[in-house]
Amino acid sequence: MTTIATPVPTAVARPRPVADVRTMLRRNLLRAVRYPGLTMFMVLGPLVMLVLFVYVFGGALGAGVDPGAAPGAEARAAYLDYLTPTLLVITIVGAGQSVAISAAMDAYGGIMARFKTMAISPGSVLSGQVLGTVIQGILALVLVLAAAFAMGYRPEADALDWLALAGVLVLLAFALAWLCVAMGLNAKSVETASNTPMILLLLPFLGSGFVPVETMPTPVQWFAQHQPFTPIIETVRGLLAGGAGLDGSVALTAVAWLVLIGVAGYVWARSLFRRERRI
Amino acid sequence: MPISTRGPAIEVAGLRKTYRSKSGDQLVLDGVDLVVPAGTVTALLGPNGAGKTTTVGVLSTLLKADAGTVRVAGHDIAREPDAVRASIGVTGQITAVDELLTGTENLRLMADLNHLGRAAGRRRVSDLLERFGLADAAAKPVATYSGGMKRKLDLAMTLVGAPSVVFLDEPTTGLDPRSRRTLWEEVRALVESGTTILLTTQYLEEADRLADAVAVLHGGRIVAEGTPDELKAVHAAGSLDDVFLALTEPPAGTDAATAEDDVPADEKENVR
Repeated sequence: MTTIATPVPTAVARPRPVADVRTMLRRNLLRAVRYPGLTMFMVLGPLVMLVLFVYVFGGALGAGVDPGAAPGAEARAAYLDYLTPTLLVITIVGAGQSVAISAAMDAYGGIMARFKTMAISPGSVLSGQVLGTVIQGILALVLVLAAAFAMGYRPEADALDWLALAGVLVLLAFALAWLCVAMGLNAKSVETASNTPMILLLLPFLGSGFVPVETMPTPVQWFAQHQPFTPIIETVRGLLAGGAGLDGSVALTAVAWLVLIGVAGYVWARSLFRRERRI
Repeated sequence: MPISTRGPAIEVAGLRKTYRSKSGDQLVLDGVDLVVPAGTVTALLGPNGAGKTTTVGVLSTLLKADAGTVRVAGHDIAREPDAVRASIGVTGQITAVDELLTGTENLRLMADLNHLGRAAGRRRVSDLLERFGLADAAAKPVATYSGGMKRKLDLAMTLVGAPSVVFLDEPTTGLDPRSRRTLWEEVRALVESGTTILLTTQYLEEADRLADAVAVLHGGRIVAEGTPDELKAVHAAGSLDDVFLALTEPPAGTDAATAEDDVPADEKENVR
């Protein structure tokens, strides 16, 4: 005698990682469509900075990044060139903040516990979040870049530079998404989930993001030269400028940082996911 | 995975669980023994902090036991957790739905994660929407649902994979009497179709009405087991309330206030 008499389909015991990741990715993209506020926030921050820093400060700051530029329109154009790469990086940091929030929402909302009691690939829960964020981040990048174009930005990158740039930005998106998923899972509540990733937003300011490092006092300069965002921003900037001023060792340092951040974030996130949560 | 014979659906022997933290270890389960026959409802009663939720957590593979053996649907939870997961459905204390998605999308997510296949999944989703009276609200985001509707969707999501063993952790807490009754009817229908249910509850009336057997958890152990009527007879009590009060008196030297402090912080938050 069997306990189940009704002819309903039963769950398949073996997890299917590829199918499960696809299902989780679909869920996260659907969430992004249903709650566009978070994606808009990702784009809006960099857009405000772009307009503010270029149109308000750019006329003065431009002379600092390009000594040959005359104050006013010429300096603004120079500053737009300098700032756009930074804002692409900041857009990806914003994507990180949003994934920290959604990871914390899942962890505290009970749905993560539900996933853990199902015969699914455990890795699919966080991978779906990360993949979804990378896709959102890339869309946001396109929008920010389009805005910069509309303001007169004309990068000198050739096809190969664009390809390398895409590689660096996608790597950045993955690395920060894993790190921020971990930060979200480590948060004490959903409300505080985006606090720790906020530190990441500060780093471009304490590096070559907004003004050249050489203009900073010695201790700040030292920090700027040794933190990951300086080589990352320099690499993005160099590739957009056609690779002319890009030092190979800087690009290598950037990639090494990204791999390190990505692996560390992944390992941390996985251990937090497996950690027993008191219920 | 269906069990071939009507043996026990849940067998727990000597289950021990301690929560370890920097502020000190806390023993929650101190040798729990429990048998739930297939196709029956067992209600797990006990005061706040008695370890009901922890028990469900261990039995549903969410928490690791420190000692003891647990078999669910014929599978050892430590050795074959995935086989256990494929056989069970869990409705926890916190409603586990995705508020941004619609009712249909939530159920379809479960169908996909249960690998039901597109056609069978869609059929199952529309069956469950119909059965739980959610068909009209199916296309609306869950954030717009009432508490009762969310809880019904929660249970429907638990049932998508047609689990043979279902855990319900305080499923009716915070529901109005009508929603509670609807859920009770669902539980009865499930048992009639052969599903085994372990439910925890604060409402003794719920246990009295639904459960074939009642187990009282207190001080980390099962202190009484039997049908509701047996327990009432043994304790010469008119209601399960009286049985509960007689069995779960705080140990001498502790008062209600310190007993309250034993409630894990998270559990306090979750009681809504």
